[in-house]
Amino acid sequence: MLLLECPYCKEARDEQEFSYAGEALIQRPALDCSDDEWGVYLFHRKNPKGIHLEQWSHALGCRKLFMVERSTIDNTIHAIRTFESLAADKQQAQGDEQ
Amino acid sequence: MKRLSTQPCERIDRSAPLYFQWQGKRYQGYAGDTLASAMLANDIALVGRSFKYGRQRGIMAAGTEEANALVTLETAGYHTPNARATETELYDGMSAIAGSGVPSLNSDMRAWLKPFHRFMAAGFYYKMFKWPQKLWPVYEDNLRKLSGFSKAPDSNDAEIYDHQYHHADIAIVGGGPAGLAAALNAANAGASVILVDERHAVGGEMISDCAGNEAAKAWFAETLAALEAHDNVRMFPRTTAYALHDQNLLLALERRQDHLPLGARNPHVSRQRSHRIRAKQVILATGSHERPMMFANNDLPGVMLAGAMRRYLNEYAVLCGDNPVIAGNNDSIYDLAADLLRAGIKATVVDCRSGYDAGALTSQGVTVRQGYAVVDAIEKQGRVGAVKIAQTTLKGNKWTQGSAQEVLSCDALATSGGFSPLVHLDCHTGSKPAFDADFQAFMPACDKPNRFVAGSIRGHSDWQGSAADGAYAAAQAVEKIPSVSPFTKGSTLQQSQEVIEGSPPLQKGEQGGFNSPQPKSLNTAPFLVLEQGRGKTFIDMQNDVKASDIELAIRENYRSIEHIKRYTALGFGTDQGKTGNVNGIAIAAEVMGRDIAEVGTTTFRPMYTPVTLGALAGEEIGLLFDPQRFTPMQASHIANGADFETVGQWMRPWYFPKAGEDMHAAVQRECLATRSELGMMDASTLGKIDIQGPDAREFLARVYTNAWEKLAPGKCRYGLMCGEDGMIKDDGVTACISDTHFLMTTTTGGAASVFTHLETWLQTEWPELNVYLTSVTDHWSTTAVVGPKARRVMEQICDDIDFSAENFPFMDWREGTVLGVPARVMRISFSGELSYEINVQANYGRYIWDKVTEIGRQYNVTHYGTESMHVLRAEKGYIIVGQDTDGSITPQDANMGWAVSTNKTYPFLGQRALSRSDSMRPDRKQLVGLYTQDPQKVLPEGAQLVNAEGDNAMIGHVTSSYMSPILGRSIAMAVVKGGLSRMGETIYAKPLSGEVVPLTIVDSIFYDQAKEKLDGEA
Repeated sequence: MLLLECPYCKEARDEQEFSYAGEALIQRPALDCSDDEWGVYLFHRKNPKGIHLEQWSHALGCRKLFMVERSTIDNTIHAIRTFESLAADKQQAQGDEQ
Repeated sequence: MKRLSTQPCERIDRSAPLYFQWQGKRYQGYAGDTLASAMLANDIALVGRSFKYGRQRGIMAAGTEEANALVTLETAGYHTPNARATETELYDGMSAIAGSGVPSLNSDMRAWLKPFHRFMAAGFYYKMFKWPQKLWPVYEDNLRKLSGFSKAPDSNDAEIYDHQYHHADIAIVGGGPAGLAAALNAANAGASVILVDERHAVGGEMISDCAGNEAAKAWFAETLAALEAHDNVRMFPRTTAYALHDQNLLLALERRQDHLPLGARNPHVSRQRSHRIRAKQVILATGSHERPMMFANNDLPGVMLAGAMRRYLNEYAVLCGDNPVIAGNNDSIYDLAADLLRAGIKATVVDCRSGYDAGALTSQGVTVRQGYAVVDAIEKQGRVGAVKIAQTTLKGNKWTQGSAQEVLSCDALATSGGFSPLVHLDCHTGSKPAFDADFQAFMPACDKPNRFVAGSIRGHSDWQGSAADGAYAAAQAVEKIPSVSPFTKGSTLQQSQEVIEGSPPLQKGEQGGFNSPQPKSLNTAPFLVLEQGRGKTFIDMQNDVKASDIELAIRENYRSIEHIKRYTALGFGTDQGKTGNVNGIAIAAEVMGRDIAEVGTTTFRPMYTPVTLGALAGEEIGLLFDPQRFTPMQASHIANGADFETVGQWMRPWYFPKAGEDMHAAVQRECLATRSELGMMDASTLGKIDIQGPDAREFLARVYTNAWEKLAPGKCRYGLMCGEDGMIKDDGVTACISDTHFLMTTTTGGAASVFTHLETWLQTEWPELNVYLTSVTDHWSTTAVVGPKARRVMEQICDDIDFSAENFPFMDWREGTVLGVPARVMRISFSGELSYEINVQANYGRYIWDKVTEIGRQYNVTHYGTESMHVLRAEKGYIIVGQDTDGSITPQDANMGWAVSTNKTYPFLGQRALSRSDSMRPDRKQLVGLYTQDPQKVLPEGAQLVNAEGDNAMIGHVTSSYMSPILGRSIAMAVVKGGLSRMGETIYAKPLSGEVVPLTIVDSIFYDQAKEKLDGEA
């Protein structure tokens, strides 16, 4: 039973307050992609032994979704990120490249 | 077996005699007894029958590890199956019967089959009852009668259960010397501590030490007093920690009322409570379980664990035999011999090892036979009456056994084959215990963060070592707690050392600080696996697994211990192999010629001991598990005689029967009245989501398949929602309030999942959209006024809206005042009739409903429920998502391609999926109408459809089916492979009844295809 710190409420709460919302950072392909690519997007999910990036929703709290890096081996939570902060990182990285 | 005079540290109250029933006979015990100790005091040897062979069994242990003494307590609402007598605290008036024995404990029919037992080895049932296959139901029925232990309860539980949540700096499992020392040390340092212990009083195995050691007695008393005085210590006796989950969530079951007489139990207090403890640090001081020695007939009544015999003596003043033999492979057996000697009993010690200095005992008349082991136990009048012993020698790891045997008579046999640390909780999060040759045991890995082990789980064998280890673990744990001041942290360890007399000195570690205290060795010898008598050597008492069964499994090439376990049932059942598993592993290792470390253990999973279903559920039963939701009109519906059906959690009127009417008659009347005059329905339960923001319109375009650009304020539109897989997910009408404000309705059952779906897309994929969603399902109530005369009613109850067909057309909505209440009136229809839905703030809902009912009487208004609603909508071919669709139906499959707009700037969810080759297959199941060729025949929903009478290949199934009152015939909707291009063809339904029903495929709009009824009466 996990203990998750909601990055919006800023408090560690029991897993019972949250609901799992699937794998995180799945790229939605463009509409003109092949059937195979769309099939992969729809149906293929990672099942890693190790770090898994996943979405959790603070369903019985603020209702916000965020990303959790969890080890599927021992359930260690390595990081919890908001999607805003991930987007900001991405922007920063793009800026650095230029 | 008998009760002795007062023992130095006994925990029974001789001033409080209690009376109890066992197998219908009355016996006496004392307060402080367990059922098991009271039975032993009354010389009850036979307490159960074994699982497979019906062998006589007696009490073998004194705690949770008991495998034999499973009893049934009380009857009816207090009936408790499979209680372990060793854990059951005696109360006055207790009624207990054996949990086994068919037809009775004294005469078991499985035992009558004794001549055949040798054919009934592991796998017997799999091999024997295969043929003939047809007879399996007969076999099963009879085998079931023989299997299992106590009968299941036959009435509802009379008692209640609950849950409690806790937070603590340090949670400690086990109240023996290690746990107590840890708790005191941590509390002294300033940490908040929770200590749970499964027995009714803490102390663990230390009580036996207290009996013979004044220092132990003093330390225990002082420590306990200090803990009880501490503000930051919470102690839970009678509480078994049954699971340790990730991030230190410790689950513990507290038995709050089980020890009270039935009449003294408070009905408002929970019988049992499941504690959910979240601790920053966990210290497992769970102790260890003793293993029995392995020899032929080691399951006879009167054979028990040495530690159990010692506890019965010291805690309960019960002597298990006047002439006992103590057999074992470690130093602990001499402690029992010494305690017995103090009680005046000269036991015979049979030690398979040589070299232990037992001079202190032999000088006082105790017989000690070193280098000997018990190889067979002999029955005399239903219990052990003698043992055969033989010489044993150890070379390396291998035992050899002398051929000469000697018989020793006895009336009880205590054995100790070493100790298995209780690693269960440590393993629940995936750690594997490792075999340690020094301890001859699987030791806890303790490799998870914020966790410590202390005491006998780490191999400590004396109270001083355990206490020192507990204090050490606590000192380590408080180091990691930020709120504890650094000043107290350093001093706690040394202080604690000074008060434990005789504790092992602390050794300085290499990197500064101290090393953990070294356990004192019991010099446990390697497992003694004998060659002889394996067919009668019981490893798992509860499941009747013998040494020979493990041999057989290996002979049949089961090699993994997990497979051997499942083939033989080793470690199954309520005790999960607490005493038997490690012995079984040792035999498997011996037979395969492998190291025990290599064979490994099976997986330890929660629960450590059985947990009642009541405690798991707690208060979440009945309506607290599955609440009911009511619309504001509920009281009126009840007054109007509605029968209800549950939709999601909503209680919706199903139909409104008049006197003498069944559902069929009521629905017939309701449907016809609505189509000919006036009907009313409560539509409040539909999900409603308020959508606001500059990008609300764009958002709708993305989540619905159809177009939303041009929907003007004052207009409504039906929307179809797909998942990214292109399959219909939900539908409903959305009203445009303004350019930046919409009100979406969803299906009743889909409201929550649609809301989550929309939120997820907004937050993850489309953060650029400025849109806010609010669930307003409960904020509004909706009265639908339906039928040709609906306009007349509306004109009477609302004068600020023009209800003429020209000025208030279908799919428009108006804001106005209805009966003095601000309202949104929507002209939408789920029946094909003229229909207005009056939406008002929910707390006016019943007022509006009752008033409209009253005014509607002039027009013969008829209330109708969900059943008539379903018939009316099916007549019009309107789908119900989740009934006519099942997650594999696209808009095209549902013949609703008209609701799909593929020229949006941003493609709607699911759009790409609709052009996948699979979505375009011509033979997809498509939604069509069906007429039974016999118009009075109503198909069962779900009936399978085939192409020809003789076919069994399914081409689809019936999704909706009703008798249509207005059409006077049966109608059905169905999904049929390629059905849309097969209009007019004949197919067949094959319902479960076995009939074959001929059908014609037709359009799914059965009534008023020209939509002439939509505007009501002319």
